Amino acid sequence: MKAYMTRRYWFSASHRLHSGSMSPEENRQTYGKCNNPHGHGHNYALEVTVSGQVDPRTGMICDLTDLDRFVDEKIVQRFGHENLNTLAEFKDLVPTTENLCIEIYRILEQDFRQAGIEKIRMEETMLNSFEYAGGREIRH
Amino acid sequence: MVYLTRKAEFSASHYYHNPEFTPEENRRVFGKCNNPHGHGHNYTLEVTVKGQVDQRSGFVVDLKELKDIMNREVIEAVDHRFLNEEVREFRDRIPTTENLAVTIWNWLQPKLSVARLHRIRLYETPDLFVDYYGEA
Repeated sequence: MKAYMTRRYWFSASHRLHSGSMSPEENRQTYGKCNNPHGHGHNYALEVTVSGQVDPRTGMICDLTDLDRFVDEKIVQRFGHENLNTLAEFKDLVPTTENLCIEIYRILEQDFRQAGIEKIRMEETMLNSFEYAGGREIRH
Repeated sequence: MVYLTRKAEFSASHYYHNPEFTPEENRRVFGKCNNPHGHGHNYTLEVTVKGQVDQRSGFVVDLKELKDIMNREVIEAVDHRFLNEEVREFRDRIPTTENLAVTIWNWLQPKLSVARLHRIRLYETPDLFVDYYGEA
């Protein structure tokens, strides 16, 4: 019996949207206010959806404390209260929320063993959100 | 493939009435929503588009462009309007939330060039929403 579980986390970080392969004019035109050289920040809401068989002994897909510990150590502490542009992941990658979603999915997919990673959903603001499922189509 | 959802709000009034029904039938089927003076809602619209992340910009779609299209094609047409009287599509179609979601899809779909429209989710109240994925 496959089931899905979604847990919501928060972290705050700053970023600047700027591409080294674009001219200053093109950067301003593409990213607008987000190109401000001093950067700006968001409170990101992160939803991690895991999936798997429900263990008949525990009634759970995976132990929530394992997921919480993993996300706290590998994601919240890594990205929270950081300037994303200064991190190795974004040395050559613009830290848009699209790219941040893909990075977070990869970290979970690679090292979280207790359940399958179904989907990452991030809210950048109350009006904008992004979803990534490892390139798979998402059935809502 | 990344999915991006942009939210917007608008307020509008409507009433439900089918001229092919008798007055009794209209009252029975539509209840309080049949009041011909109309009633209103604060609608929340979620537009989801999907596409590949552009390697240079890191974007699926230019959010400002999406916001402008949503404002121009949808919000200006319906915000603070009496849908039955002021929106052409509802002169001969009942402005239910289902029909409004389909209409919004039809307005937006031809205007989106970069990313593909994936879903229209329209909340009539915080407790009631409709999803439409196009005729596929």
